[in-house]
Amino acid sequence: MNDISAALSEALRLIVSVDAQLAQIVWLSVQVSLAAVVIAAAIALPLGALLAITRFPGRQAVIAVLNALMGLPPVVVGLLIYLMLSRAGPLGQFGLLFTPTAMIIAQAVLVTPIIAALSRQVIEDAWREYEDQLNSLGAGTFAAAQTLLWDTRFALMTVVLAGFGRAAAEVGAVMIVGGNIDGVTRVMTTAIALETSKGDLPLALGLGIVLVVIIINVNLLAHGVKLTAQRYHG
Amino acid sequence: MLPLTIDKLGFSIAGREIIKSISCEITAGTRTVILGANGAGKSVLMRLCHGLLKPTAGRIVWTHDGLTRRARGQAMVFQRPVMLRRSAIANVIYALKLSGMTSMECRLRAEDVLEAVGLANVADRPARVLSGGEQQRLALARAWALGPEVLFLDEPTANLDPNATRDIESIISAIHASGTKIIMTTHSLGQARRLGDEIFFLSEGRLIERASVDDFFKLPKSPEAISFLRGELP
Repeated sequence: MNDISAALSEALRLIVSVDAQLAQIVWLSVQVSLAAVVIAAAIALPLGALLAITRFPGRQAVIAVLNALMGLPPVVVGLLIYLMLSRAGPLGQFGLLFTPTAMIIAQAVLVTPIIAALSRQVIEDAWREYEDQLNSLGAGTFAAAQTLLWDTRFALMTVVLAGFGRAAAEVGAVMIVGGNIDGVTRVMTTAIALETSKGDLPLALGLGIVLVVIIINVNLLAHGVKLTAQRYHG
Repeated sequence: MLPLTIDKLGFSIAGREIIKSISCEITAGTRTVILGANGAGKSVLMRLCHGLLKPTAGRIVWTHDGLTRRARGQAMVFQRPVMLRRSAIANVIYALKLSGMTSMECRLRAEDVLEAVGLANVADRPARVLSGGEQQRLALARAWALGPEVLFLDEPTANLDPNATRDIESIISAIHASGTKIIMTTHSLGQARRLGDEIFFLSEGRLIERASVDDFFKLPKSPEAISFLRGELP
């Protein structure tokens, strides 16, 4: 019990004093996950919109696969990206393994199906309401997709933030492709895993607190955006 | 593009025949009101004419069009107005942009039409927070702005109170006076008398009777129309 309270007070001291090591790890985590989510959203939102409004044979199968991919185990994604990026792999020549870029790729791969599947659902619900009107006005597929992306923007922001939460909290993939190299690819989750096994509880706990605070704030932000949008835009 | 020729038109979905071999010609000028009980196929008939549904039998031919598909020059207003999540005026501008108008023209035209339906004072409010009556007026404005040759209205006052209904009816009259052919459905026989010139009476997917408003209400010929009119509430 003493150990825990001592670790906790040391963790709080690290946070309050903005410990350099802790700050660097947090900053890298945020950068990696933000970049991954931006890339994932750029791919997944248009994909989700098109999937929501187009009809083609096999569409249901594509949706089922996409939904299944939401549950991709991070370690498996890490392993696959590792194989692609390793020296002998197809992308080995770029020397990306154990760099932040590799971690961004891994998280983007993890998050893209999540954003695509959730946005497909959101946009399809809106499409049901808008379909007749937009067809009546002569909007083509791309115009309709654009309109729906804009009109569901608040709900989609929640989706994207959920993607960010997933990316920031994930440990398996970044551990494998990043390698948890001190000062280079060490992010919050991998550092927590390492420091815990090493017995450096204060740093692990401090990072854990920061991570939880970030995740909670991101979700509060998402909720706030939704409430405000409902009040002002209906 | 009028007259509109409907030739042995049929529409089935999931094994149910909604429209059964309707043939008729819809001419310019008059205000056509489609009457019939729930499920008679009124709404489906309009959607077929407007091109939102594809006939499963027969043809719809617009004159001077050469095509059987819906062309520009038509607009439709739905029972529940579909408001895009943007300002009232932006809703009108959106429709005008899709019709290929330049931004400057769009803005001027949109301002004029909002003035005409009495919404100039709420032009910059988000469309979705307007009252039901205001939303339907905006939907009419959006359709009117396109300067359609034919305007379809699907029970445009079904969800509105008497005052809002009166506003909508006077706007519909103004749109007709500006040279647009009106084709509408309603469940209000009073509205059919006030707004209609001719009645199309549908029953179970068939066009049973077609008559001027006076003739239809004074001397309905078919047993179906007689019993439909007898069911009218005082």
